[in-house]
Amino acid sequence: MPELVRNGVRIDDSFAEAFPMSGTGILITGPNVKWARQAAQTMTGFATSVIGCGCEAGIDYEVPPEETPDGRPGVRALLFAMSSKDAEKQLVNRLGQCVLTCPGSAVYSTVPGEFEIKVGDAVRQFGDKWQMSKVVEGRRYWRVPVMDGEFFCEGKVGLTKKSVGGGNLLVMGADWDSTMRATEAGVAAVQSVRDAIAPFPGGIVRSGSKVGSKYKGMGASTNDAYCPTLRGVTKSALDEDIGCVLEIVIDGLTDAAVSAAMRAGLKAIIDMGPEQGAKRIGAGNYGGKLGPFHYHLKELLP
Amino acid sequence: MKPFTLKLRQEPPQRVDLSVLTPDRLAGLSPAQIEKIDIGVTKFSTKVGDIFEISPGDLKNLRYEGGSSRFDLIGAKLLPEFSIHVDGDVGAQLGRLAYGGRITVTGSAGAYAASGNLGAEIEISGDAGDFLAAPLAGELSGMAGGRVIIRGSVGSRAGDRLRRGVIVIEGSAAEDLGSRVIAGTIVVLGATQGRVGYLNKRGTLILAQCKDLGPTYLDCGAHHLTYIGLLGRSLESASANAARLLSRKLRRYGGDTSVYGKGEILTPLRG
Repeated sequence: MPELVRNGVRIDDSFAEAFPMSGTGILITGPNVKWARQAAQTMTGFATSVIGCGCEAGIDYEVPPEETPDGRPGVRALLFAMSSKDAEKQLVNRLGQCVLTCPGSAVYSTVPGEFEIKVGDAVRQFGDKWQMSKVVEGRRYWRVPVMDGEFFCEGKVGLTKKSVGGGNLLVMGADWDSTMRATEAGVAAVQSVRDAIAPFPGGIVRSGSKVGSKYKGMGASTNDAYCPTLRGVTKSALDEDIGCVLEIVIDGLTDAAVSAAMRAGLKAIIDMGPEQGAKRIGAGNYGGKLGPFHYHLKELLP
Repeated sequence: MKPFTLKLRQEPPQRVDLSVLTPDRLAGLSPAQIEKIDIGVTKFSTKVGDIFEISPGDLKNLRYEGGSSRFDLIGAKLLPEFSIHVDGDVGAQLGRLAYGGRITVTGSAGAYAASGNLGAEIEISGDAGDFLAAPLAGELSGMAGGRVIIRGSVGSRAGDRLRRGVIVIEGSAAEDLGSRVIAGTIVVLGATQGRVGYLNKRGTLILAQCKDLGPTYLDCGAHHLTYIGLLGRSLESASANAARLLSRKLRRYGGDTSVYGKGEILTPLRG
């Protein structure tokens, strides 16, 4: 493999293979930043991978009070699923269980999508006919009486089928500490890009998977080629100086958001250099036949 | 591009129906053809050319230079993205059943302004007559969308059978404001008289000046409501005083319990 090197960090001539997803997002506001953040965190919890969680979700960015519709601090959360039906089901469930229940919260649509999901129009029934509908500047909202006042929720939120899930970076370093340092810098850069999230814990996944398993009925299993403890005994993809691999997985509302997030992450990891951070950066793919979106690392280099 | 202008030549000899003079209905007509349109409502003919001097221009923006209280039905069934501006007074049924767009009047309007409005933004710098945004006799609901801002005062029964949309009255309202309201929102900064919100089903009436609401409205305590904050922010550019009122903590009176009772009157705390 002809190797590219940037600031001493080796870059694989590889690409991340990503898939189309249905993406949606909401702006959650609260009486203060703490409670806006709390609602968004609760709603995007247990949403790392569509395989086991039904959706992938995360916090995109925080919105200052002067930029939200109701003048209160807000947090924008994104949610991705494999179909618009799944996205609707997950969003409505999570809204009903995590946001409606969160003190002080209100919900607004922030994704101008081709489709719409009924959220307030579903949650309103909690109001037991005491709910009130209001239309302001052409947008319908529901006021649902709850024990701390009113839950205020937009009737419909946008959904786009042009979202992309599965952009990724494999960060490889000498040991856990240096690899984590580089990956955390990468995640911080990814999170600064709008319309994109890194859904795994703290934006990082340590259990990358491959397709298939030696056990029947398991679709995915540990990616042994990237497990440092198996370097000598399996067909390893790791060099001798690699002792730890961490992955950043990225979902975005658009193709452009995913490539911008990968570009930002790459730059942050490369800028740290191989002594402090990662020695090598790769990307995960399935040979290029499964996913229509390919993000080649060499095209995203700073 | 300069707006399509209709300059007043003389006060019309009779009431005139100007519903035909909307941008979509004038499209494709030459000035000569427009001047021949009959706008009289009696057996005597009054043509556009008798009353107005036409200067062709961008039909998306129609401008009346000079108004009259005999100008009825200006902007009726107006479509979205068109606008009409009147320098002067207008007659009855301004913006009647307008689907969208924007109508501004520098003078005052007659009765039934914004009647059955479905989505237009209507702003009247002067006063409005009785039955603002109300349905005509026999109709089941009044205004069902859009926004109406009245800088002056309004006559009686303003917002009758309001179904959707926002009405802001910066001045005072005569008797029976918000009678038979189905839903929607009315904000009044001035004084009100008579039975406010009589038979209100699900509407929101916000009164800057508190008054006795009678026994069918029940005190539900003072609250900061998220909806009121959102409405206030949406009104910041249109009516700063209304926005200021909506930023305050408001006492909620639920009612009218003599009917469905899911509506409310919100008013600042006394003292």
